Amino acid sequence: MTAPAGSLLAAERLRKAYGPTLALDGAEFSIHPGEVVAVMGPSGSGKSTLLHCLAGIVTPDSGTITYDGRELSAMSDARRSALRRSEFGFVFQFGQLVPELTCVENVALPLRLNGTPRKEAERAALTWMERLEVDDLRRKRPGEVSGGQGQRVAVARSLVTGPRVLFADEPTGALDSLNGERVMELLTDAARSTNAAVVLVTHEARVAAYSDREIVVRDGRSRDMERVV
Amino acid sequence: MSVRRWAADLAMGVRFAFAGGREGWTRAVLTAVGVGLGVALLLLTTAIPNALAVRHEREAARTDITFVDSGQLPSGSNTLVVANVGTDFRDDTVRGRALEPEGPRAPLPPGVEKFPAVGEMVVSPALKRLLESDSGELLRKRLPDRIVGTIGESGLVGSAELAFYRGAEGLAPHIDGGRVTRIDHFGETDPSSERMDPVLLLLVLVVFVALLTPVAVFIAAAVRFGGERRDRRLAALRLVGSDSRMTRRIAAGEALAGALLGLVFGAVFFLAGRQLAGTAEVFHVSVFPSYLDPSPVLALLVAVTVPAAAVLVTLFALRGVVIEPLGVVRTARPARRRLWWRLLLPLGGLAMLYPMVGQGRANGDFNQYLVVGGVILLLVGVTALLPWVVETVVSRLGAGGVSWQLAVRRLQVGSGTAARMVNGIAVAVAGAIALQMLFAGVDGDYTEDTGYDVMRAQMQVSVPSEVPVAVAAGKFRRTEGVEGVHVYSEGYLGDRRRDPEKSTPLTVGDCAALREIARLASCRDGDVFAVRGAEYDTDLGSLSKPGRTLYLDPTYAPGPKSREIPWTVPRDLKDARPRIGMTGGEQGGFLVTPKALAASAVPGLSGELYLRIDRSAPDVQENVRNTAAAVDPLAYPMTWAATEKSGRFTAIRTGLFAGAACVLALIGASLLVAQLEQLRERRKLLSSLVAFGTRRRTLGLSVLWQTAVPIALGLLLASVVGLTLGAVLLKMADTAVRVDWASVLSMTGIGAAVVLVVTLLSLPPLLRLMRPDGLRTE
Amino acid sequence: MSIGHTLLGLLESGPRHGYDLKRAFDEKFGHDRPLHYGQVYSTMSRLLKNGLVVVDGIEAGGGPERKRYAITDAGITDVAQWLATPEKPEPYLQSTLYTKVVLALLTHRDAADILDTQRSEHLRSMRILTDRKRKGDLADQLICDHALFHLEADLRWLELTAARLDKLREAVAAQ
Repeated sequence: MTAPAGSLLAAERLRKAYGPTLALDGAEFSIHPGEVVAVMGPSGSGKSTLLHCLAGIVTPDSGTITYDGRELSAMSDARRSALRRSEFGFVFQFGQLVPELTCVENVALPLRLNGTPRKEAERAALTWMERLEVDDLRRKRPGEVSGGQGQRVAVARSLVTGPRVLFADEPTGALDSLNGERVMELLTDAARSTNAAVVLVTHEARVAAYSDREIVVRDGRSRDMERVV
Repeated sequence: MSVRRWAADLAMGVRFAFAGGREGWTRAVLTAVGVGLGVALLLLTTAIPNALAVRHEREAARTDITFVDSGQLPSGSNTLVVANVGTDFRDDTVRGRALEPEGPRAPLPPGVEKFPAVGEMVVSPALKRLLESDSGELLRKRLPDRIVGTIGESGLVGSAELAFYRGAEGLAPHIDGGRVTRIDHFGETDPSSERMDPVLLLLVLVVFVALLTPVAVFIAAAVRFGGERRDRRLAALRLVGSDSRMTRRIAAGEALAGALLGLVFGAVFFLAGRQLAGTAEVFHVSVFPSYLDPSPVLALLVAVTVPAAAVLVTLFALRGVVIEPLGVVRTARPARRRLWWRLLLPLGGLAMLYPMVGQGRANGDFNQYLVVGGVILLLVGVTALLPWVVETVVSRLGAGGVSWQLAVRRLQVGSGTAARMVNGIAVAVAGAIALQMLFAGVDGDYTEDTGYDVMRAQMQVSVPSEVPVAVAAGKFRRTEGVEGVHVYSEGYLGDRRRDPEKSTPLTVGDCAALREIARLASCRDGDVFAVRGAEYDTDLGSLSKPGRTLYLDPTYAPGPKSREIPWTVPRDLKDARPRIGMTGGEQGGFLVTPKALAASAVPGLSGELYLRIDRSAPDVQENVRNTAAAVDPLAYPMTWAATEKSGRFTAIRTGLFAGAACVLALIGASLLVAQLEQLRERRKLLSSLVAFGTRRRTLGLSVLWQTAVPIALGLLLASVVGLTLGAVLLKMADTAVRVDWASVLSMTGIGAAVVLVVTLLSLPPLLRLMRPDGLRTE
Repeated sequence: MSIGHTLLGLLESGPRHGYDLKRAFDEKFGHDRPLHYGQVYSTMSRLLKNGLVVVDGIEAGGGPERKRYAITDAGITDVAQWLATPEKPEPYLQSTLYTKVVLALLTHRDAADILDTQRSEHLRSMRILTDRKRKGDLADQLICDHALFHLEADLRWLELTAARLDKLREAVAAQ
């Protein structure tokens, strides 16, 4: 199977083993710009590994990953890091905000890693914090804000570089349903408005309901439900 | 609360200290090594007074030449004539005695079993090693006697002491109470409790305090290794139902375990260090391992204080901490650190030292309590000031790259931990800088300004009267490295044969030699001059009446009868004006050219030769000393101070440097542990930072800054305090204040090296933690 | 719940008498409501008429309970189609879904597929509800949430079942 035409990020026949455990065993994936795809499946099925491979954090043992016409697995670590800095955004379940930095500094961090001057980076960060309704937290540190607020700060940070692909790994996992839904609403709205693709790893149906379609990962193999039906 | 409960809780803590697999062990051993090194140093220090006392006793027990009672003792079956034939070899002093027993019951010196015969000698083990080595070859020429034995430990004051006793004959005529004397026993009859030089005492006190304060700080830090992990363990204990007091006791038990193991380590380190100390030589002072015997009371004090302190420090550290079942809560945000009470400590220290400024060695002892108290307050002041300095500076640090920002923000949140870690370094460096300044200053004081004119001559050799000076001079002229010799024969003239009321010196030399010590209008061989107006020469005027008979080498009661050779002031006495001579003073009295001197006067004169040497020639001084020994065993060569590169301070500096480096390395190890622990805790965060593309370099640099900033501040503060303390101490010793920049720089350099090494060593684990495994949620 | 599809599925493992079919159904699916004989006869005659089963033989002694039925190819296709078609997401689906899963296991079909397909169907509904919720007022949101939570409950039950398929397979085989 080849990547569907027009896909921004596509993976074929991915295999990845951690020691004796086979995390991915021939997984496939593709996503178009502006699309939100939920990756579902039981825990331990390889969802997170698939996300890490797609984001170039982990290199698969075999298989190809194509991003925007370029072969991701052929890139050097430095190139992939640079790609992650400039074209990808990340939201994780927890533990991702630097506890010592203030919220606005956390949001500005990816820009600063790209070499944007501090003032400018923080101005851009503030714009995104306003969109995610957390601009009043700018001077606070992550330890002083609630989980939902922290997660919105994290979403702001993932979007601040204007990424083309947003990777979200259980972004609402640590939140109650009201906060979780609010975060999902803001995240998908923001992504759609910038035409970013969102790879959303979740095991919650109500979170997955914010996606356009879902794929299911089971025992390291993926299943694209849209094509099956 | 019953004792049993206490014991049970403490025991549980002890168990916890060693539980937890490899990591638990590592932490426990590291704590123990830290405490152990501290304990060893403490024991060694408590042993030093004893070692010095033993040295003093040994020194007293072998005392022979006392400069009193000379000549009063008649020769007998129980007497011994002793001559000081000590010499110098390179930078070392060799204690040498020539022994001539005058009867079967002559006293043996301590450590010697049998008198060496003429041509034989007994030597100390260190001298034996030196003589047998290649580097001792030159000395061997000077001491050709056959080695027939070694001096026992009871006759030596240190393991590295160079000493010998050689057999001799015909010493009796030379008895002068100074270099040669007659005795019937060794040891001081009236052991004067010799007062220690106040400045030396000051040095010793400061050494103690400067070495022990960082050790105390370090022990305090060592028992807190692995604190955060412990906090979590304690929280887990609370969860399963132990109350807050129990938890504290368990924590104390953990600290106790480390401290107790540390005591064992300390004892081992001490015993090893003691043996090592037997081979070391500091300030030309060496000791035998057996000297280093800490007094039981002090050792017991260490054994009790260290574990007790460990428990107290732990309880104190947990003071602001509430251990809840679900984690450790630091009570509220600690109030901003206040400056005023922190400043009180060093200012108090200065206030205690200030009254003693300018006292010097002339005005009696320093108040020991004030010195110790002042120095401790100043050094402890560093530990009090540093957290404030770090907090204040760090809170003002701003703009910079991402790595800088990460590091600074981290420090802003928890500068206390960083400051605590660096405290030890700062105190050690401050103490070391002050000490080195003091040593350098005092040392410079001893070698400076001897008055010798080292441009004209660099060595002086005194030869006994029976040696013909011309022959001796010829031998020196032929010695390698000697460029010129000024030859004089010197004696003293009195107005009477016995106990003269007035006296003046008489110096014999050729015209060239005489012109070196006086201004002569003209000079021919056969002239006699009177030096008019020389300093310290008040009697010449009345003695220089032409035709008056004076006596060369008069007798002074109660000394032995001297030669009392009559000498008549010549009629054609010429006047000369004084000139600053080679010894830095003006030579007064009569100056006589060789032809003007009657042969009969020669035995009353002893030779003084002033040598100009080529300082670049290898071992020229040793060659001269060898020549002197060949000329006469009692010939006495001296090297004028300014030509001698003082090796004493180099040794001290090396010692201090090594000590400080050890303390710093130790503190570096604890920094590393803290660093790794912190990194592990942030595993998830690190992985997510990598996910969004943070460069490894950025994170590595942030780790570097995080260590470097507090250490830089610590070193800066330490330099300021160290220089201040050094300056105050020098002023107290009444010595010119000079900054020993080399030591400041070297200490700072070690500090910087520690930062680098800690960063480098924490990089591999950092890179490992940055792998994406940390992102896996399951 | 479709009794016809269930009985058809039971026949897939081999021809049975009407009486056997009733007993097998009661054992596996009819825990609280045993099937009446009349229901079995009427259903089987409908299936016979539609060509999904044939009469394999009649034992001596006569009577309707003595007829032995066998499934036809058309019958097998019908069962497969039924299993593959997700149920319309609505409350209280579990008995139907449970029957489907057990039947799939009995007939050695992939039960996980049934779950995935059903989840997909549920998600489709949930997306519509979520979309309506985002655009609607508070009343809309509350109504949609109610539906969403019910659907989610079903899905969670599905996930749980999927996680226990292996155990279920053993249990089904043992009966």
